[in-house]
Amino acid sequence: MASVQIADVRKAYGSTQVIHGVDIDINDGEFVILVGPSGCGKSTLLRMIAGLENISGGEIRIGPRVVNDVPPKERDIAMVFQNYALYPHMTVADNMAFSMKLRKAPKAEIDERVNKAAGILGLDKLLDRFPRQLSGGQRQRVAMGRAIVRDPQVFLFDEPLSNLDAKLRVQMRTEIKELHQRLKTTTVYVTHDQIEAMTMADKIVVMHDGIVEQMGAPLDLYDRPNNLFVAAFIGSPSMNLLKGTITAAGFETEGGVVWPIGQHPADSNGKAAVFGIRPEHIQLNPNGLKAEVVVIEPMGSETQVIVRCGGQSLTCVFRERITAKPGETITITPDIHVTHLFDAATGKRID
Amino acid sequence: MANSAIEMPASLTKTRSERSAWQKLRGNRNWLGFWYMMPAAGILLLFLAYPLFLGVWLSFTDTKIGRAGEFIGLENYEWLGGDSVFWMSVFNTLLYTVVASIAKFVIGLYLALLLNKHLPCKALIRAAVLIPFIVPTVLSAIAFWWIYDSQFSIISWSLRRLGWIDHNINFLGDPWNARWSTIFANVWRGVPFIAITLLAGLQTVSPSLYEAATLDGATPWQRFRHITYPLLTPIIAVVMTFSVLFTFTDFQLIWALTRGGPVNATHLMATLSYQRAIIAGQLGEGAAISTAMIPFLLAAIGIAWYGLQTRKWQQGGSNE
Repeated sequence: MASVQIADVRKAYGSTQVIHGVDIDINDGEFVILVGPSGCGKSTLLRMIAGLENISGGEIRIGPRVVNDVPPKERDIAMVFQNYALYPHMTVADNMAFSMKLRKAPKAEIDERVNKAAGILGLDKLLDRFPRQLSGGQRQRVAMGRAIVRDPQVFLFDEPLSNLDAKLRVQMRTEIKELHQRLKTTTVYVTHDQIEAMTMADKIVVMHDGIVEQMGAPLDLYDRPNNLFVAAFIGSPSMNLLKGTITAAGFETEGGVVWPIGQHPADSNGKAAVFGIRPEHIQLNPNGLKAEVVVIEPMGSETQVIVRCGGQSLTCVFRERITAKPGETITITPDIHVTHLFDAATGKRID
Repeated sequence: MANSAIEMPASLTKTRSERSAWQKLRGNRNWLGFWYMMPAAGILLLFLAYPLFLGVWLSFTDTKIGRAGEFIGLENYEWLGGDSVFWMSVFNTLLYTVVASIAKFVIGLYLALLLNKHLPCKALIRAAVLIPFIVPTVLSAIAFWWIYDSQFSIISWSLRRLGWIDHNINFLGDPWNARWSTIFANVWRGVPFIAITLLAGLQTVSPSLYEAATLDGATPWQRFRHITYPLLTPIIAVVMTFSVLFTFTDFQLIWALTRGGPVNATHLMATLSYQRAIIAGQLGEGAAISTAMIPFLLAAIGIAWYGLQTRKWQQGGSNE
């Protein structure tokens, strides 16, 4: 196991820069998830750690060693690919043993490690099968088995669950997290799915357009997003963001509705801003703001309600059952301890 | 009643007794399918099966051009067994096929691997590689004929200019020179087909397999040996079968270059058969030479088929 330090790393394809100086510190044994929309540079960064892409600028360290010019096979990392990249002409056992066979490890050691990895992943009975004969989830496990057998310093995962169906994805999510808790190997995991990031990571790195927007523990990002991008990206259903100005009474939206806010940032009166409130932080309150119900989506444990308030639509999530019908009016109020204010011009958090 | 396949069982029992045999036949899907198959079967019978069987039959007769022959059993074959020219043509054909096929495979694979890399003007280079393949064989054979000319050969001229030789090489006049020269011309012509086909095969190999192998610690040679080669074997089997068949039955190139000379040194079975059957008029004997090629060709097909059959991982079957 090892720590990974990414210092001012840049990547350019010709004159097009895709990563503009990224700094990330990954501690020994940490599970870090790089998350962001497609094209944000997260996969490129992972491939640079793996050594599959050249590093145009900056420095990547694995443990104490700068690996910029170290070939991939000497970096002591293992990677799980999105399409699994299993060798189709080799059995499950051969797939897992391939790296050890290449470095001519003794047969007994290979068998021992393959059997151990197969045991961890429940692949014991599939060792003689070919990848073609496996289901998506099983292939995914073989890909992880291939990584485990090598006992590397760092595991790299490149969107490993995006080819699986929804139910299997949830199951594999738990398995990967459990595996990490068991092996405690430093892991860098790339995904575009913020739910995967929230549920699995020790630390989330939100990337956008080749820069790090914010990094931190999942709940820190959820509770105090640094900017509008992170606020909108993390959380499902996503945060309601309303444009308007900060006034003495609270936050006045463009539609003229005044939302109460917790504390006013200094010198902010009359300032154009964006008000953010998460759907579950909107409460029913008889003295609250009037809002017209547009759509009601009952989920059983909670009810998601789309309302229209001052000409803007908002998503609310209530623990209680809602009896109102579409077209009727309910009264709502934000939980003022958990509201967010962002600068309208820069998108930075201001409260 | 137009479609008996969707009729309900209850009405079926009732109508069955009323329908004539012809109506039943007309509603039968297999009967219809049989008729759809007829044009293809007819073409195959007329243009493949009939000439093949006629050829085999002729080889058991003493037919000559302009004179119907009689059945003479294996006499043609017995006669060929003692014919040194025939045995030389068998030797030539085997040498020609084995050497040219191996050379075409090695060069073709090398070219395919090269073309699969990121090269500038990739599309243009790939197109250029196909040129020997699109030039009609006879035209390229005539070009080679000039290249190999005993007086005006550009190769002899260049080597003389370089001072490496002091008199012209007799490319097509000396038995072994002629053999190697025709083999070279065949390789030149056959390489593009193999290179482009193998290139197509290479492009079906997912790049992430190479990346995974790189991370697993494979050197470029190990990546070729353990990833590229095994994944390419089905295509290699198919393309080499074709290559062996076409090389074994080659006629045009030899006929345009040497007509089997000098002193039968480059006669292949195909050219010898043509010479005996058409030029000399001994149809029966020529047919016997042609028929003698069949076992070799079947063996080549059999080997390729076996190669494909043993690759169970592709069909998703078990390995047992």
